[in-house]
Amino acid sequence: MAQHGEIDKVTGVSTTGHEWDGIKELNTPLPRWWLWLFYICIVWAIGYYFVYPSWPLVSDYTRGYLGYSQREAALTDAAAGQASRMVIGKGLEAATFEQIKADPKMLEFAMANGKAAFGNNCAPCHGSGATGSPGYPNLQDDDWLWGGTLDAIQQTITVGARSTSPDTRQNVMPAFGRDQMLTADQIDKVADYVLSLSGSGGAATDEGKQIFADNCAACHGEGGIGNQDLGAPKLTDKIWLYSGTKEAIVAQINNPKLGVMPTWGGKLDAVTIKSLAIYVHDLGGGV
Amino acid sequence: MSLFEKHAVFEKNSIVLLLGILVMVAIGGLVEIVPLFYLKSTIETVDGMRPYSPLELAGRNIYVREGCYLCHSQMIRPMRDEIERYGHFSLAAESQYDHPFQWGSKRTGPDLARVGGKYSNAWHVAHLSDPRQVVPASVMPAYAFLKNAPLKADRIGDDMKTLRIEGVPYTDDEIAQAQADLAAQVNPDGDSSGLLGRYPKAVVADFDGDPTKVTEMDALVAYLQMLGTLVDFSTYDDKANLR
Repeated sequence: MAQHGEIDKVTGVSTTGHEWDGIKELNTPLPRWWLWLFYICIVWAIGYYFVYPSWPLVSDYTRGYLGYSQREAALTDAAAGQASRMVIGKGLEAATFEQIKADPKMLEFAMANGKAAFGNNCAPCHGSGATGSPGYPNLQDDDWLWGGTLDAIQQTITVGARSTSPDTRQNVMPAFGRDQMLTADQIDKVADYVLSLSGSGGAATDEGKQIFADNCAACHGEGGIGNQDLGAPKLTDKIWLYSGTKEAIVAQINNPKLGVMPTWGGKLDAVTIKSLAIYVHDLGGGV
Repeated sequence: MSLFEKHAVFEKNSIVLLLGILVMVAIGGLVEIVPLFYLKSTIETVDGMRPYSPLELAGRNIYVREGCYLCHSQMIRPMRDEIERYGHFSLAAESQYDHPFQWGSKRTGPDLARVGGKYSNAWHVAHLSDPRQVVPASVMPAYAFLKNAPLKADRIGDDMKTLRIEGVPYTDDEIAQAQADLAAQVNPDGDSSGLLGRYPKAVVADFDGDPTKVTEMDALVAYLQMLGTLVDFSTYDDKANLR
């Protein structure tokens, strides 16, 4: 058995005293800098126990001299962010859209705030460039289902469509095929007529025109000009919510898809909704 | 031989070493884990929390089965940037009926703790069927098969019984009504008063747009649409619950 503290001749370092089959284990010391760092960490930890919340006890935990709370810090931080936005933002709540447009500072804020909120909340459906996708309207064009004025856009964002708000934008296109209000032949003819309205092909037969006047014109308007009060799409342009193929139009008359937009009032604050309305209107809003 | 050199006993006897390790780990557990079971200040009760409805529970099982937690967290941390993007930070109470919890630890996709009500049912179906259809830059795999997979939930009552052993307060009545409640939640034209009485704020809809059958898509979307919606933060008192 080797002796603890015996000096190894080759390295000049003492051994641990362990020996296996004549092989001895060196007791090479840890680097000084490492050891000191280790001691400093221990001292730091003891200080931390007193300053921050740390040890669980019988009925409570030690809360530390600073009384630090991660939840409080986050809420304070978030409130400070909101307050710094509201330096300019609070003016938006009371201001009319005309006043906001006339004030470059408020307008700049509304556009930046609207763009950020759009990216987080609206882009998943309407696309990050607001160009939409089948079933989710393109906001860059000048075709609006429920109106493209600033007020109409603000209202649509606030209440949503076919959503949870009691005032939500609400309409239901009847399922002319599924509920057997029209025959397959009639649907075929009226689909051709609808296509002809925008010059997208299809034959405008008198019969198709008559079916349209009897069944569709009440909402979509005489000649398919649309009705924004009812959210009935304009059919005379080549902008389609779902698709402009004959199959898609026949499918929509048969058993319409009814899109849903969430109610954002209550989820987003009034200033953000107003900012969004200005941002969206700037993309492709109407008068 | 000084006390310091007694470690030779541990090094030369594996059973003694094992016992020594057990003692050390037990001390760590006693100090760090046990207090969480009894300290009142670490357990919060929050108004609005309720166990999952049978359909939501079935959807949650699919969420776990498909490993959604590998890319999506359900934990909004108390930090300003997270609060601004996702909403109020997650409360411990909001995962009190989760066994196991779905906090996750990686965000390849966004956090889902408050995704409920943010998008329409049709959006969720389109997105799960083909994520690129609505989010062109998405790297999420497609889960189109959920739409064609009939929901196998005839044992959902047994799931609820198992969760009751773990401490989820399902009543005998709720377990007995499980199949009826499940059917009621996918039928917007039916009578859902019983369901809503047992599970307030449950979203009733034909989630996948196909009224002829109940699919795994129905269940998963029902689960997603309720995430983070139970606690009403307009009445929740932050000041009283600082930690």
